[in-house]
Amino acid sequence: MSEDHLIELEGITKTFGQGAAAFQALKGVDLKIDRGDFVAVMGPSGSGKSTTMNILGCLDVPTSGIFRFRGVEVQSLNRDQRSLLRRRYLGFVFQGFNLLARTTALENVELPLLYRGEKASVRHAAAMKALDLVGLAPWAHHTPAELSGGQQQRVAIARALVTDPDVLLADEPTGNLDTERSIEIMELLTDLNRRGITILMVTHEAEMAEYAKTIVHFRDGLVESVEQGSLASQGAPA
Amino acid sequence: MLGATLLLALREIRRHILRSFLTTLGIIIGVAAVITMVTLGKGVTASVQEDISSLGSNVFIVFPVRTDRGPGRPFDSDDVQAVASQIAGVEEAAGSVNSSVTAIHNGQNWSTSVQGANNAFLRGQSIEVETGRSFTDAEEAAGKSVCLIGTKVRDAIFPAGPSPLGESLRLDDVSCTVIGTLKERGQGASINNQDSDDVVIMPLKTVQRRFTGSTNLQYFIVKYSGSYSSAGIQAALIDLLRERRVLQPGQENDFDIIDTAQVNDAISSATGALTAMVAAIAGISLMVGGIGIMNIMLVSVTERTREIGIRLAIGALAREVQLQFLTEAVVLCCFGGLVGIGLAFGLSISIAHALDVPYVFDPTVNVISFLFSALMGIAFGYYPARRASRLDPIEALRHE
Repeated sequence: MSEDHLIELEGITKTFGQGAAAFQALKGVDLKIDRGDFVAVMGPSGSGKSTTMNILGCLDVPTSGIFRFRGVEVQSLNRDQRSLLRRRYLGFVFQGFNLLARTTALENVELPLLYRGEKASVRHAAAMKALDLVGLAPWAHHTPAELSGGQQQRVAIARALVTDPDVLLADEPTGNLDTERSIEIMELLTDLNRRGITILMVTHEAEMAEYAKTIVHFRDGLVESVEQGSLASQGAPA
Repeated sequence: MLGATLLLALREIRRHILRSFLTTLGIIIGVAAVITMVTLGKGVTASVQEDISSLGSNVFIVFPVRTDRGPGRPFDSDDVQAVASQIAGVEEAAGSVNSSVTAIHNGQNWSTSVQGANNAFLRGQSIEVETGRSFTDAEEAAGKSVCLIGTKVRDAIFPAGPSPLGESLRLDDVSCTVIGTLKERGQGASINNQDSDDVVIMPLKTVQRRFTGSTNLQYFIVKYSGSYSSAGIQAALIDLLRERRVLQPGQENDFDIIDTAQVNDAISSATGALTAMVAAIAGISLMVGGIGIMNIMLVSVTERTREIGIRLAIGALAREVQLQFLTEAVVLCCFGGLVGIGLAFGLSISIAHALDVPYVFDPTVNVISFLFSALMGIAFGYYPARRASRLDPIEALRHE
């Protein structure tokens, strides 16, 4: 049963603070995500979408409930075990790009491989391949300061991809970009999804969510609705 | 992993090259100070020991001292003879007397001292003849007017002239023939605070007869074989001299014995203690340098909170982040240690040269200082590194 879904959330709650100041950000979230899906998570701020993403990204643990990832119950893992899960199966793309400053695009992309203990030659080849995939191979030796916002986000995507993850988590990936760059990034993500990577993306822009196959709406710490994305329904998957 | 961590640390240091250098300045100065102080201390000790060893090793100096019973009776040649013949292990025993004189030659006047000493004394004190010859047995026995002159006397009385050998020199009213010059001995190599190069040496008997007017000795030296214990010889010497001076049990010695080995040890331990103290003070500057490292590492952790968040999100383990910051601190400190060693090398050589003490390279202090600076990196890098590793990735990523 649990093998059927890549990600399963059952009755997830998350409470911040204690006593009178306690705030329940998630009030019992149930969600199943299949391998190969492209999920857009939407909702007003404070609806619990970021908290859910943090839990899905194994950066945080739920207060109660079960989170299965690849059949493993993540809520019972310790900090280092969750780090290893992130290292092996997850890639992150953030709104603010979060590249290391004064470090070349290539070195940024190599970083996750460094933690995997790969040899320099392997790191280099894989990083170049990932940069090539996002169309930035010619910019490999530029630092973030020398790249545009869209290029920086592509480097970030390359960094998330370089370890060949199961899931790419993108938190407002187009939040800091203009419409044209946003569309480029979304097309890149769609392309990656076609190659088999499961994508979870938080966004508050409806037109970006349209690229997803599944759109999950959050409200007041609960899943309000799950619907099919309009572009996906046009039969994008090959 | 360690190689990768080292690579990360080096990249980080390279990214902030000026700050890294300023941070390590404390360590650099600390290490340089410790090594320079210890090296100079060793140099001073070596030079003092060299002076003392020129007094002769395994040598006692015996002289009469005043007690409540009055002045100690002077020793004479019979005492010396008895010591030489009756105590096993004594290789040489020889007395000496000194007198102040004015040396005159060719209108040149020079205030100096004349020392009465035979060849046995010269051997015991390692006084060497540079040019010419030493006394013959006949000259010693007859108390001939022949003399050996120290370098200062030679320079003062026979400036840049032909060899003084064979020249006649007048000491007050006594005329003598120069038969040899002494090798330069340097400062400090003297028993009675005299400049050992500013001296004219004549046979003991000559000086006793012509200058001091008695058969008394001012002191005598006892050189003994290294295979005998210093304490054993000293005890035998005391017994013999007490007997010869008819001292009753309970009466204190009216003579004193200086053991050059003891003096050597005392001076060595004194300079050693001084060196240790100065090194400790320099060590404090090393500690302060370490605190500087900790300070900058803490600033660095705060400044790079977001970066730490990225690393953690990417899948770095807490201990890997900790290792990274610790490695950075240790690499900085080791770098500081190496530069400090280089600086100390230059400083020690130039200061040693300026102070006219020998430069004695001490590998131990270099290695220990280096290891200590690495240790400082671990000690003062640990807390910042631990703080970095404990950051919550979500909070860290949100950090502006």
